[in-house]
Amino acid sequence: MSHNQNHPKIRIENVSYAYDGKPALHDVTLDVPANAITVFFGPAGGGKTTLLRLINRLNDLVEGTQMSGRVLLDGQDIYAPGTDVPGLRRRVGMVFALPLPLPGTIRENVVYGPKLAGERDQTRLEEIVVRSLTQAALWDEVKDRLDSPASALSGGQQQRLCIARSLALSPEVLLLDEPTSGLDPISTGKVEESLFELKQQYTIVIVPHSIQQAARVADYAAFFLMGDLIEYRPGTEIFTAPRDQRTEDYVTGRFG
Amino acid sequence: MTENSTPTSSQLRWTEFTVEALIRVLGFSTIGFVLLIFFFLLREGVPVFLEVPPGNLFGTRWYPTFDLFGTLPLILGSALVTVTAIAIALPLGVATAVFIREVAPNWAREILKPVIEVLAGIPSVVLGFLGMTLIAPLIRETLGAPTGLTAFTGALILAYMALPTIISVAEDALDAVPKSYRDAGLAMGATQWQTIWRVVVPAARSGIVTAVMLGMGRAIGETMAVMMVTGNAARMPLTLDSLFRPIRTMTATIAAEMGEVAQGSTHYHALFGIGIILFLLTFLINLAAASVMFKKRRRGGLR
Amino acid sequence: MNRYLTQHVGFILLGLSTLLVVVPILVVVGAIVVWGAGAISWEFLTAMPRGGMKAGGIFPAIVGTLLLTLGTAVAAIPVGIGGAIYLAEYARDTWLTRAIRLAIVNLAGIPSVVYGLFGLGLFVLFLGLGTSILAGSLTLAIMTLPIIISTAEESLRAVPTEFRTVSASLGGTRWQGIRNIVLPQATPGIITGVILGLLRAAGETAPILFTVAAFFLPRLPRSPLEQTMALPYHLYVISTQVPGMPLEIKYGTALVLLVLVLSMNVVATVIRSYFRRRRQW
Ligand SMILES: Nc1ncnc2c1ncn2[C@@H]1O[C@H](COP(=O)(O)OP(=O)(O)OP(=O)(O)O)[C@@H](O)[C@H]1O
Ligand SMILES: [Mg+2]
Repeated sequence: MSHNQNHPKIRIENVSYAYDGKPALHDVTLDVPANAITVFFGPAGGGKTTLLRLINRLNDLVEGTQMSGRVLLDGQDIYAPGTDVPGLRRRVGMVFALPLPLPGTIRENVVYGPKLAGERDQTRLEEIVVRSLTQAALWDEVKDRLDSPASALSGGQQQRLCIARSLALSPEVLLLDEPTSGLDPISTGKVEESLFELKQQYTIVIVPHSIQQAARVADYAAFFLMGDLIEYRPGTEIFTAPRDQRTEDYVTGRFG
Repeated sequence: MTENSTPTSSQLRWTEFTVEALIRVLGFSTIGFVLLIFFFLLREGVPVFLEVPPGNLFGTRWYPTFDLFGTLPLILGSALVTVTAIAIALPLGVATAVFIREVAPNWAREILKPVIEVLAGIPSVVLGFLGMTLIAPLIRETLGAPTGLTAFTGALILAYMALPTIISVAEDALDAVPKSYRDAGLAMGATQWQTIWRVVVPAARSGIVTAVMLGMGRAIGETMAVMMVTGNAARMPLTLDSLFRPIRTMTATIAAEMGEVAQGSTHYHALFGIGIILFLLTFLINLAAASVMFKKRRRGGLR
Repeated sequence: MNRYLTQHVGFILLGLSTLLVVVPILVVVGAIVVWGAGAISWEFLTAMPRGGMKAGGIFPAIVGTLLLTLGTAVAAIPVGIGGAIYLAEYARDTWLTRAIRLAIVNLAGIPSVVYGLFGLGLFVLFLGLGTSILAGSLTLAIMTLPIIISTAEESLRAVPTEFRTVSASLGGTRWQGIRNIVLPQATPGIITGVILGLLRAAGETAPILFTVAAFFLPRLPRSPLEQTMALPYHLYVISTQVPGMPLEIKYGTALVLLVLVLSMNVVATVIRSYFRRRRQW
């Protein structure tokens, strides 16, 4: 898929969303650039997770929701009829707030996606295991026990395994929803480091678990408040010189 | 990217579509089976309502050889046995459930539950056999009656067959009573005993009602054990001593006579007619029990 | 203190009630084991009945029951598990889903003898299968369905939703997630449910009375369209229809049936508790 620098990787266009008639997003428009880390931040219930899950259509699994607007990936409407949804989700990977290793071994976790996509070649699968665990900065720690249960890893290792599991599909976009909320500072540091590596190749959207983390990793940052996108600018600006009073209140910790 | 994923993905979509269609059909098949059962009962049973006048059909005498198809003694026979069985099983079952849930230490619970599960697993024909060989003689001797094959013998065995259901549903109901209720009772200075009977058991009332209904459904439909121990005399159980005389239930009538009737005869249709009554009766009982249970259970969606 | 005396007496009464429930169970099982053990011999288990069933063995009845259980399994397992997957994974909360649940409750409550009538009406007569292993197995299978569906659905629902979400996020279709993650995790529970259902089928008499059971057939069936003897029906026959039947043979037959059914029960319990302890979530 050729990539044009002038076009955003993801374009969110006038998206409104509601659960059972209860609004969660209101007319959000936003462009996510390629090869950068974009941060969605804001207080609880602002709709960050919801928007993230709209980008790979994971919210299709939720019943009784209403959506309007468009989400474009490389200019293509991913909600257009006939879209290959599993294929879309392979292109747009997702890492959840809690580490959720699948039952089975470390290796099985990593190759789960590629196998479902039809990859059967053992040497290619082996390459995928090495590459994605390395990219997730986990290879050195697990290379001797690939066939032990994933559940035996520490929380931080499990979360990096989940990142590796997404990377195994060579996605174009990686969505991370508070990926370090359950981790200690050292593991958090490792995950953040691997994100800096990854942004060379991938488009990354992350919901950080703190403003500090947002400020550390953001190339671009979007502030969400109760379903509204309040402000969206380069990270260096939004955290040092927010334009909107509400953003400022939140960033400076004066928020309720 | 697109080129190498397209063939597998169209293949996947096809599998997905077929599997989902198949699973849907299997899911709906249960409705089909119920309708099929009802249909075949009607098909073979409805003719009896045309062939036999209602006065005869709901009369008091069941002598098919003389074209007397009075189902009343059978219905009353089933009712007598069932009601007596529940009268025995309800206090026993609730007391046992309370003991297991509220009083018994853990180790005793670990022993009691599997033993009661064993009871649930014993085939009814085995219980019927034991009822004939062990219990009936006992009852004959204590009553000094001519036979130990009585309504009471059947009720006693039915009570034990209904017990596992009653105990386990009642246990669940007790389990569902919030701990705060218990604490509130104890905090007000009530003893554990008082708390159990004044707070916990009343709070579990609807669950216990469900338990009784399910037990009753089980008892009405029970066939083999009842047929083997109740003596199978189709007489109206109207006198006080009926409980200790032979009786005949609807289920036993079908089981005992279906083997000997000519297909398509009035007698054959009559037995299916009884089947219709049983079907509707157990349907209503279980519907009532389920509506209590369904109300409690709300389905959680995907997160 | 008086109140505590009441409590004491009360607890003792509850304990006595429990004994009143439990002791007869132990007596019943004990009686069958003690009096039945004498009848058990190699010949009893493997020989054809002789002398008006008063001598010889109960081999054809054992085989018949095993065949019926097998037939029931073949018919009921796919439908039951499919139905459970539908309810747990696909069904939305619509009136149709509620109708299915109602149907299952209804199926579970239909008296076994009414299943017998239905089997006679549909399989034996209408479809012309005659009194046969096939007709009997199909009847038993429909009777077993609600047990299999309910337990299987419960174990499918016990698998955390997150696994399905993760599988979908990795490009898995709904069915891929079910097949690769959900079903393997739910398998022990499903097996338990299947065994519980089959155990009920193996012990039932009423549904096979008019659909398959043979009073006396001292040979093994040659095709699924033949009649067969079966343990529960055989026990019924020798305890009610054959005068002068030695008590020991009756107890022996009851023991074989009981061991068959209870050993299935034990297997189900062991599987359930073993995997419950090993579960990763
Ligand atoms: N599955 C769901 N069903 C119903 N309502 C939901 C669901 N998921 C989210 N919501 C509601 O939508 C709104 C936005 O939720 P969302 O999870 O997107 O917010 P968030 O910004 O990610 O919050 P947090 O910081 O707590 O993760 C909230 O009011 C929430 O209650
Ligand atoms: Mg969130």
